[in-house]
Amino acid sequence: MMANPIVHALVYLIGLMTFAGLNAAYLVWCERKGAARIQRRTGPCEVGWAGLLQPLADGLKLMTKQLLVPDGVDAALFRLAPVLAMLPGMVALAVIPFGAHLQALDMELSALFIFAFASLAMLCVLLGGWASGNKFAIISSARAVSQNLAYEIPMLLTLITIALISGSLNLREIALDQQGGLFQWNLFRLEGWHILTMWIAFIIFFICSIAETNRAPFDLAEAESELVAGYMTEYSSMGYGLFMMAEYINIVVGACLTTILFLGGWGCPFDVAPGWWWFGLKMYALIFTIIWVRWTYPRTQIYRLLNLSWKVMIPFSLINLLITAGLVKFL
Amino acid sequence: MNLPRQRYEETFVLNLGPQHPATHGVLRIKVTMDGEYVVKAEPVLGYIHRMHEKIAEQGNFAQFMPYTARMDYLHALALNHGYCLVGDRDAGIQVTERAEYIRVITVELNRIASHLLWWAAFLLDLGGFTPLLYAFDDREQILDLLERTTGSRLTYCYFRFGGVYNDIDDEFISDTRTFIDRLRKRLPVMYHSLVTGNIILIKRIKGIGIISAEQCRRYGASGPVARGSGIDFDVRKHEPYSIYPELDFDIPVYDEGDSMARYMVRMDEIEQSLRIIEQALDKLPDGPIMAKVPKNLRPEAGTCYAAVETARGSLGHRLLCNGDRNPYRLKLRSPTFSNLSLFAEVAEGMMIADVLAFLGSLDLVIPEIDR
Repeated sequence: MMANPIVHALVYLIGLMTFAGLNAAYLVWCERKGAARIQRRTGPCEVGWAGLLQPLADGLKLMTKQLLVPDGVDAALFRLAPVLAMLPGMVALAVIPFGAHLQALDMELSALFIFAFASLAMLCVLLGGWASGNKFAIISSARAVSQNLAYEIPMLLTLITIALISGSLNLREIALDQQGGLFQWNLFRLEGWHILTMWIAFIIFFICSIAETNRAPFDLAEAESELVAGYMTEYSSMGYGLFMMAEYINIVVGACLTTILFLGGWGCPFDVAPGWWWFGLKMYALIFTIIWVRWTYPRTQIYRLLNLSWKVMIPFSLINLLITAGLVKFL
Repeated sequence: MNLPRQRYEETFVLNLGPQHPATHGVLRIKVTMDGEYVVKAEPVLGYIHRMHEKIAEQGNFAQFMPYTARMDYLHALALNHGYCLVGDRDAGIQVTERAEYIRVITVELNRIASHLLWWAAFLLDLGGFTPLLYAFDDREQILDLLERTTGSRLTYCYFRFGGVYNDIDDEFISDTRTFIDRLRKRLPVMYHSLVTGNIILIKRIKGIGIISAEQCRRYGASGPVARGSGIDFDVRKHEPYSIYPELDFDIPVYDEGDSMARYMVRMDEIEQSLRIIEQALDKLPDGPIMAKVPKNLRPEAGTCYAAVETARGSLGHRLLCNGDRNPYRLKLRSPTFSNLSLFAEVAEGMMIADVLAFLGSLDLVIPEIDR
């Protein structure tokens, strides 16, 4: 159908940009509406039907504001950081298989590719905070770095567990391996008794993905009651807007990854709808859970967050890896 | 925690406030930090000093009444009460019985509103946003009730020497009873099971910011801060005023001295206040709401002291008169000032996130400190 590689690339480029942009804009709307439901109020309802044009209004407002570059700021890095922040999420979307034949780029090590770029996200936060020359921003960057370092390890250990089961680090292969009903999904996998331990891996991975995307209750980097706005303190206008958009795109990537690794990707428990539809359902259910958690729990402290990773998550994911390796080897 | 002594170059100074989300108003805390550890914390006051005590000397006695509410704007009626109490005592005015009951009912309603707002703001400090709106929902009911009787929603000027300015009607009484039932139903569900039992909340405030009873005594702390450290002192019980001796209520005291203890004291006080209001409504006598009071108060030369229990602790008024139509001197002993003074000592060596949780647990109202 799309034999021409240039046409193929262009279509996917536009498609993914639209997907990322719309998600960033409308997840803010979903978050505000979701928060409003949880808090027994209505949320945005003035701009457009049910406030659906609110993201547009917010975007316009941000764009018309001045991008303030204060004195004592490393101007080049200060401007570069929010643009770079968008990069990892956007690039990661390219290798995610949304359906059996809906993937921009099929790569042999796509899972590893996403993790490599996810580490860049932390670098952008560090860059933005450092360039700001603000004490709150620097504390926040330091927190972000130690947090991301701590949570990447259990995440990668969990990924290895999945790789052991699927025998591949290709996201498409991993998803294909889980086709054929609910009990083929890695989370509920009956074959090889993986159902016994995979829920631990799932919980670890889900918590880590919340922590990696700096979401409450692990939003220590932008803890507004301690660090004002953390690394975003000095940012105004679209500089701030881009950081926010990057956060939401990272959430989408995290949810996509969880869907593929544990919930069978586009696989459907009942054969009633096309695969991409199921993919979207699982992904948005996960995102809804993330929103739900944010508006229910208070924030933890940074040292408890790190303790949770080093003393609980890493040992558990290591044990889980060993058990899974045993199951794969002997069953 | 024992920190190694740091050289000057290795620490940095962080200004929290006067514009900072966690300082609730215009408190400024100059924090010397070593990484995320606080080496030294120094509260800087005076950003909202408005010379209220001096203003009191300028006008006659009644003219100062509206200013009282501007100091502790969260428990404004208690400050109304404190000033009226010292004025009544000094001028020897016998407040009518119905007025005393109305005073207690409205003050206790206001105390609940104040504790609810503290709870909301405290959870906001800890990063939980949703509880704020649940608490504001209940607080709104109280404000509606008080607005109908007093005419204002925040900075009340409702009490007068010798009584109150407006009588409460049957609608107020029945609506207050409805509110009591409503809050009693909501407390266990929306407050305790959603928030108090939350593991993250417990980890954040249990064992954090421990104040010893000795420290409380040394700094003159009072109110929930002292009661959270095991000091059983409440002006309403131990230096009784108004009709509090006739009512049956408990003083919640916790021995732990941490932020959780202060949290629990305030949550229990909400329940006790509900009890007080319920009893006062049952016993509410008929009669006038104002005693016979001269148009211009002109007490004899002398001095008088009266203390009330506000939501934050023991608030004292010392009134010095020289027989003139205005006070010669009015000195306030504000609870928050003493409660804040122990902050610097306790905050040393804590981490910044815990320091701010601890600061939130003190329930500060800055205008009342600065006056």
